[in-house]
Amino acid sequence: MTNYLDFEKPLAEIEGKAEELRALARQNEEMDIDDEVSALDRKAANLLSDLYKSLTPWRKCQVARHPDRPHCKDYIEALFTEFTPLAGDRNFADDHAVMGGLARFNDRPVMVIGQEKGHDTKSRIERNFGMARPEGYRKAIRLMEMADKFNLPVITLVDTPGAYPGKGAEERGQSEAIARSTEKCLQIGVPLVSVIIGEGGSGGAVAFASANKVAMLEHSVYSVITPEGCASILWKDPEKMREAAEAMRLTAQDLFKLGVIDRIVGEPLGGAHRGRDTSVAAVGDAIAEMLSEMDDMDRGTVVQARRKKFMEIGAKGLST
Amino acid sequence: MNWITNYVRPRINSIFSRREMPENLWSKCDECGSMLFHRELKEHLNVCPQCGHHMALRARDRLTALFDGGSYSEVEVPAPVADPLHFRDQKRYPDRMKAAQRATGEKEAMLVAEGEIGRTPIVAAVQDFSFMGGSMGMYVGNAIIAAAERAVALHRPLILFSAAGGARMQEGILSLMQMPRTTVAVQMLKEAGLPYVVVLTHPTTGGVTASYAMLGDVQIAEPGALICFAGPRVIEQTIREKLPEGFQRAEYLLDHGMLDRVTPRRDMRDELITITRMLLDLPPQVKGELPAPEKEAVQEADDAPEKT
Ligand SMILES: [Zn+2]
Repeated sequence: MTNYLDFEKPLAEIEGKAEELRALARQNEEMDIDDEVSALDRKAANLLSDLYKSLTPWRKCQVARHPDRPHCKDYIEALFTEFTPLAGDRNFADDHAVMGGLARFNDRPVMVIGQEKGHDTKSRIERNFGMARPEGYRKAIRLMEMADKFNLPVITLVDTPGAYPGKGAEERGQSEAIARSTEKCLQIGVPLVSVIIGEGGSGGAVAFASANKVAMLEHSVYSVITPEGCASILWKDPEKMREAAEAMRLTAQDLFKLGVIDRIVGEPLGGAHRGRDTSVAAVGDAIAEMLSEMDDMDRGTVVQARRKKFMEIGAKGLST
Repeated sequence: MNWITNYVRPRINSIFSRREMPENLWSKCDECGSMLFHRELKEHLNVCPQCGHHMALRARDRLTALFDGGSYSEVEVPAPVADPLHFRDQKRYPDRMKAAQRATGEKEAMLVAEGEIGRTPIVAAVQDFSFMGGSMGMYVGNAIIAAAERAVALHRPLILFSAAGGARMQEGILSLMQMPRTTVAVQMLKEAGLPYVVVLTHPTTGGVTASYAMLGDVQIAEPGALICFAGPRVIEQTIREKLPEGFQRAEYLLDHGMLDRVTPRRDMRDELITITRMLLDLPPQVKGELPAPEKEAVQEADDAPEKT
């Protein structure tokens, strides 16, 4: 059964009724309710389309965090072949919030790295809800260095609430780990493309997404802090997250206008989880196109282009 | 009206400029509670002479204490678009900016200056915590880039004093983008083979710590400075982990291998001179207070391209 978000409650009602009628019809063969069911289906489709026509920024945050949304692991399994996970930071541990390894993308060997949130209680705990500790950034740094050495493009998939606010993570230098990972992103002489597939949370996201090209899924978000965090600091009330989400401009559409991201990847009606295959394929196409834009660049040009892009970000604000 | 009017004859009173007369002659040390006379405190660069507690030092006072004879010239920082997101929380961002400018007398949260320390030409950038918590937005990013570009143009080291609650939330994603932008600035220095020394002062947190403030060739902190990504309150609230004594303080970070040194403010200038001169392969320098460099000396040192 689908997980519904709070604003999707009316939709849950209708889809539930349609589902119930279908179940009843299966039990009583003489019951003819096709018309009623298709009427409900039409009503549900219209409602879904209305709800998603103009999602508020806060609703987009909810969709971006939807438990059924395809995660890093789903994209890697569907878009890459010969994925060979590589583990560990050679220093302290292997961070399960960060997946990474060698793989082939359209037959071409690449390095793929991303944050994985997990899909059930057990895997979410194991993945630490997609919040990397210093080891995760240091693993990413190691893999980026390897990619740089062997001239493999790097693809990062970003989906994290942010860095992990824990004692050990702080003691082992998560600030330094994030700073070095961002630095590595900006240093490597191979193309680096990034897709924000869910939540792009603060420094944890930047450490992976300081890329030549950054794409965002239509309902994903990317921000300096969570709306709840922003609300508790500026409004002194975490319940003001709707207002904060509005003010922060964290949607793909606003970030495209601001020149922070390079493209938006469309999602099926109702969010990526309502059409997983379509979403995965669209992300695959975006990665292929972004990589092909750098086919003719030599190493120096790749680095310079990446730096120039970041130096120019913010030169103009929102014009509206 | 100033307190002094009640105590001195009007004729004498008139020769005092109001600006020079502080309202509060005494302040209290936050740590040990000692009453401290303002002149004594100033002489000790806002360090409590009783217990050694390091209090905040304004960016301009820091520059004056750092450079030979207190003499420096400011490096111009390109102004970013004001209020790029049209941000409004309980107040409008432009109103918050104006209030901060009035309260501090500064334009923004970072000053960039060039001058000499121990006759060693350097560029310095100082973050001002009193200006909206020193928060990093487009301006601070531009300031660090301007500082790095100036250092590269003059072939000088960059010394950066950090102090910030983190990113400027009113600039949303654009404040986050200062993490990669300032990292590019640090890379320019590294590629030019120029020393980049970071002095972390209280407090340095969030995206500032997780970018330029942790990328120095040498990382020095002032005693007792809080240095972290996620602050102690956030950790206690979200993870409910009990935190040890001194957690995330400079000395704790030193013990955990995250810093090169923890150095009291009174020794900082000499230490910066020693370190930068060794990194630049220059002979040892006479330490202590030096008069401002003479005009000619300044010009000689400034044989690099003019600033744009
Ligand atoms: Zn004291």
